[in-house]
Amino acid sequence: MEAHQVIEQTARNAYGRLLSYLAVNWRDLQAVEDAIGDAFVAALEAWPKIGIPDKPEAWLVTAARRRLIDRARRTRVSESALPTLIAMSEDTQRLASSNTGFPDERLRMMFLCTHPAIDPAMRTPLMLQTVLGIDAARIASAFIVKPSTMSQRLTRVKAKIRTERITFELPDAEEIPNRLDSVLEAIYAAYGSGWDESASTVSPHRRLAEESIYLGRLLLQFNPREPEVNGLLALMLQCEARVGARHDEEGNYIPLSQQDCARWEQSMILEAERYLHIASQAGKIGRFQLMAAIQSVHAQRLWTGQTEWEAIAQLYEGLIRISPTLGSLVGRAAAVAEVYGSECGIALLEAIPSSEVVSYQPYWALAGHLYKRMQRKEDAHLAYSRAIGLSTDISIRQFLNRQAAEI
Amino acid sequence: MSYTLMFYESQEDFAARMDPARQQEYLAGWTHYVNALRQSGIVVFGSGLHAPETAATMKRRGGEMAVQDGPFPETKEQLGGIFVIDVPDLDTALEWAARGPVDTVEVRQNLPTLK
Repeated sequence: MEAHQVIEQTARNAYGRLLSYLAVNWRDLQAVEDAIGDAFVAALEAWPKIGIPDKPEAWLVTAARRRLIDRARRTRVSESALPTLIAMSEDTQRLASSNTGFPDERLRMMFLCTHPAIDPAMRTPLMLQTVLGIDAARIASAFIVKPSTMSQRLTRVKAKIRTERITFELPDAEEIPNRLDSVLEAIYAAYGSGWDESASTVSPHRRLAEESIYLGRLLLQFNPREPEVNGLLALMLQCEARVGARHDEEGNYIPLSQQDCARWEQSMILEAERYLHIASQAGKIGRFQLMAAIQSVHAQRLWTGQTEWEAIAQLYEGLIRISPTLGSLVGRAAAVAEVYGSECGIALLEAIPSSEVVSYQPYWALAGHLYKRMQRKEDAHLAYSRAIGLSTDISIRQFLNRQAAEI
Repeated sequence: MSYTLMFYESQEDFAARMDPARQQEYLAGWTHYVNALRQSGIVVFGSGLHAPETAATMKRRGGEMAVQDGPFPETKEQLGGIFVIDVPDLDTALEWAARGPVDTVEVRQNLPTLK
C-alpha cells in the first residue's frame, strides 16, 4: 500500500483515538488538533522516504507529542504541563515498543463533548469533530449552519473547555445514567431525528448516518449491556436498513407503508433485533428502546406481511410518557389514526399547540394525509401546501405534490 | 433580526415562468413555500423580480456614469426574487433558505434602518 493510503486509512481509523489519548493528557483540544494535523503532514513527507513504520499510530503520537512540547516551550504558558508531557512521552515510548496499543480514551472524549457545561447544540458537532475528525465545513452543511459560524462556535467551545478546566474524568457512578443519556442524545442528533424527511441520498445530513452508527457501535463497546445504548443502535440500524427502499429507480420517494420490504437490508434488521433483545434483558425501559421497538414492529412486516398499528400506538403511548417530543406526538397521531380512524388521529394533532408546529413539516404532512382521507378537501390542500413549503427534500416535495393532486 | 433571502434562478427557471407548459409547476413550487413562510409570521417583505434581461444597470466607471442593458454581473444564475424575514438568527434564516424551491439562495443580514 502507498504511504498516502496508509496515512488516509490511519487518519480515518485512528484519528479519534489519537486525539482522545493526547487530549486526555494535554487538555488543550485545539493545540492537540493542530499537533495531530502537523503529525499527519510530517508523515506525508517522511513515510514515502523512510517507509511506513511498523506502528503508524505510535509514530503519529510521538510526532504530535513532539509538536506539543515544542509549542509549550515556545509559548512558555504551560511550564507546569511539561512534566505531564514528558511522562506521556515515556508512556508513548513504552507503548511503541510493546504490542499493546495505546489506551482508547474515546469514551472519556464522548463524555467530555456532552458535559453539562457545554451548550447542548454544540455537543454533536464537537463529538463529530473530535471523535471522528470531521471538518467544520462538513458539519456546518449537515446542520445547515454558516461554515465560519460553525468554526467559531467549535473554537469557542474548545477554549471554554481549556479555560474552565472542564474535566476529562469519567463521571461518577450515580451521574452515569444522566451523562450517558446526553451522549446518546448527541449521537442521535447526528443521525438526524428527522431521518425520514432528510432521507434523500444527496442530503449532507444523510451522509452523517454512517458516522452516527459508528459512534453508536463505539459507545456499545464501552457499555455492552447498557439497555439504552443497545436501544439507540437498534433504532439507527432499523432506520438505516430501509434507506435503499425509500426511493424507487427514478428517485421518487416511497413512504414506509408502501415500501417493498424485499428491498430492506435484512441483515441490518436482524442485527437491530439482537440489540433490542439484549436491551430488553435489563428490564429497564427507556426512550431509545421504545423508539427502536416501534421501528421493530414496522420491520415485522418483512415476515408477517402486515403492520401491527395497535402495538405501535401503544409503544408511542409509552414513549410520550417518558419523552413527549413533537416527533412522538405526531407519530402517535399517525398510529392512532390507523387503528381508530382518521378522526381520532386529527383530534390528537389538533390538541398540539399550534405555535409549536408552525415550522414542523411532519405535522403538516400527516394532517394533509388525514384530512384527505376524511374528505376535508380544503383543509387537506392547506395542510399539504404547508408541508411542501416546509420540506427541504425535493423528492418529498414531489411526493406530497402527487398526494395533494389526488384530493 | 432581519435577514434577506436572495433566490437565484437559472435561465431554465426564468424560461419556465413564461412557458405555458411549465408555468403552473413553476408557480406551484413557490406558492407552497410562500404559504409556509407567511403562515409562520416571519415575513417582512417579499417580491419576485422580472427576468434579468429586463434589467437596466447603472454603473459608474471612474466617476463617469454609464447605463447598460441587462443584469450585473452576467452569470448563469440571476437574482429571481427576495424575501426579507424576521427570525432570531442566521441559523433559522438558513433553515428557511433550505426550504426554498430553487437551488441557490444567498442569505444576508439586513442593516439597521438609517436614521
